[in-house]
Amino acid sequence: MTGTSKITRYAIVYSVLSAATFVSIFPFYWMIVGATNTSAEIVKGKTSFGGNLLANIERLLEQVDLGRVFLNSAGLAVAGTLLTLLVSSLAGYGFEMFRSRIRERIFALLLLLLSVPFAALMVPLFIMVSSAGLANTFVAVVLPSIASIFIIFYFRQATKAFPGELRDAARIDGLREWQIFLHVYMPAMRSTYAAATIIVFMMSWNNFLWPLIVLQTPEHKTITLVISALTSAYTPDFGVILVATILATLPTLVLFFVLQRQFVAGMLGSVK
Amino acid sequence: MRRRHVCPCGGTKSMRSKIAHGEQINGWLFVMPALALLGIFLVYPILWSLWISLQVGKGSNLHFGGFANILRLFGDKVFLHALTNTCVFFVVQVPIMILLALVFAVMLNDAKLWGRGIFRTAIFLPCVTSLVAYSALFRSMFESDGVVNNGLMALHLIAEPIQWLTDPFWAKVMIILAITWRWTGYNMIFYLAALQNIDQSIYEAARIDGIPARARFFRLTIPLLKPVILFTSIISTIGTLQLFDEVNNITQGGPGDATLTLSLYIYNLTFQFMPSFGYSATVSYVIVVLVAILSFLQFLIARDKK
Repeated sequence: MTGTSKITRYAIVYSVLSAATFVSIFPFYWMIVGATNTSAEIVKGKTSFGGNLLANIERLLEQVDLGRVFLNSAGLAVAGTLLTLLVSSLAGYGFEMFRSRIRERIFALLLLLLSVPFAALMVPLFIMVSSAGLANTFVAVVLPSIASIFIIFYFRQATKAFPGELRDAARIDGLREWQIFLHVYMPAMRSTYAAATIIVFMMSWNNFLWPLIVLQTPEHKTITLVISALTSAYTPDFGVILVATILATLPTLVLFFVLQRQFVAGMLGSVK
Repeated sequence: MRRRHVCPCGGTKSMRSKIAHGEQINGWLFVMPALALLGIFLVYPILWSLWISLQVGKGSNLHFGGFANILRLFGDKVFLHALTNTCVFFVVQVPIMILLALVFAVMLNDAKLWGRGIFRTAIFLPCVTSLVAYSALFRSMFESDGVVNNGLMALHLIAEPIQWLTDPFWAKVMIILAITWRWTGYNMIFYLAALQNIDQSIYEAARIDGIPARARFFRLTIPLLKPVILFTSIISTIGTLQLFDEVNNITQGGPGDATLTLSLYIYNLTFQFMPSFGYSATVSYVIVVLVAILSFLQFLIARDKK
């Protein structure tokens, strides 16, 4: 390759990547700038910082009980994540460590069910939840997602790398199976749990359709429900909306920058 | 034939069978909580859904209607709109996104590239946002005097503002742009991971043989990445078939039915209008069938890969 064509090639590469970076980053910039402007300025496309941030925050606080909303979202995400990790990692471990013909068949069936779209479940789930008197409860939001085929599969794959000698040694030491799981397996699989935590936390923090169906009263609203309600107003107040958007994005953004490696591993693993 | 269980500690035959029996019990204990929950919240609703899809009537006043709901699909203009829109979204959006992700990944796979980590992080960053949050964000950018139109006009790409929110064609374009923004980086990391697994000596050999860069890309990179490309295409298509959050929060399916998707239509049928559970279950089975076909294709590909 000649020198000039190499320079041309790098010029193209840098222009394409710079354009892509600009398009990827600009909405984040817009979100922050917009939060400091009035709705009228946002609609007109003002791209510089304004002095309206406090007024926007104030109006958001007037319209929604933000502390409660945040607590609802965080509570649902944390409880959902802990329960999902526990139940699904138990199953992933169980399927891999104790194999039997019938459980292999069940596992194959689960893989078939992996791609059942939520749209197909929401009508019967809603009827079930209402007739059980669980409409408008956090329990109803969390329960259907605890056993995730996705995460079971993820843990089963990861368990293949769990050294059998560790388990044998623990057995010789007289540990019971649940103790082996708790004291040997869980600590040894820290990085798998970290990646899975990120996937599940992201899913529950950002969950929208099911909470939208189940949670109706203001005191049960989550941050995604609040943003959606604000956006669907006849004349949306974008200053307020963008403040709420920052609040919804911040936790996952921080999670990404703190645990970047596990984050990407989780993303890659989640669909393998 | 029963499966034989190997006991790690040896021992007599009776002891071995005792342990095998214990293994069975333990195996069930570990998987039972998950299986019970899946039975209640997945298997039962799917079967029930199939049953109510055969019922007609409004609210809780349902009676058996056989295939009436399926026949109703063919005459339902709104359903046909939603189906067409959903297909337009994945037929147009998935190839664009896959191509972009592929181009970025190949460019970023160059170890000598300065600022590689920054570019990679930047392009991946949209994946961190929640679907609802980024939908609200995009909604605020696409007003007719808004920032996107201003930018495009400043670049002289358009002469007058595009009516993103009120023109049926441009509303679809806006949704496609939004999804592409959110998911391109996600697909890119799959390609980057796959590219890093390719043995560099193949490229060395091709270079020594004097094969030009473009031919190396089309004859080496693309065929080697084929399984990942097919895999991500199917994953993305399945995702697009279930599109809900974006259309619900950016356009509410409008203008008219221009961006209505199947999932949003099911939601509207069930929770916005006088509920007709039977019919919405039937529409949901349309998605199930489409997803099943795609998953089967994916299975064939996965088997091919092995």
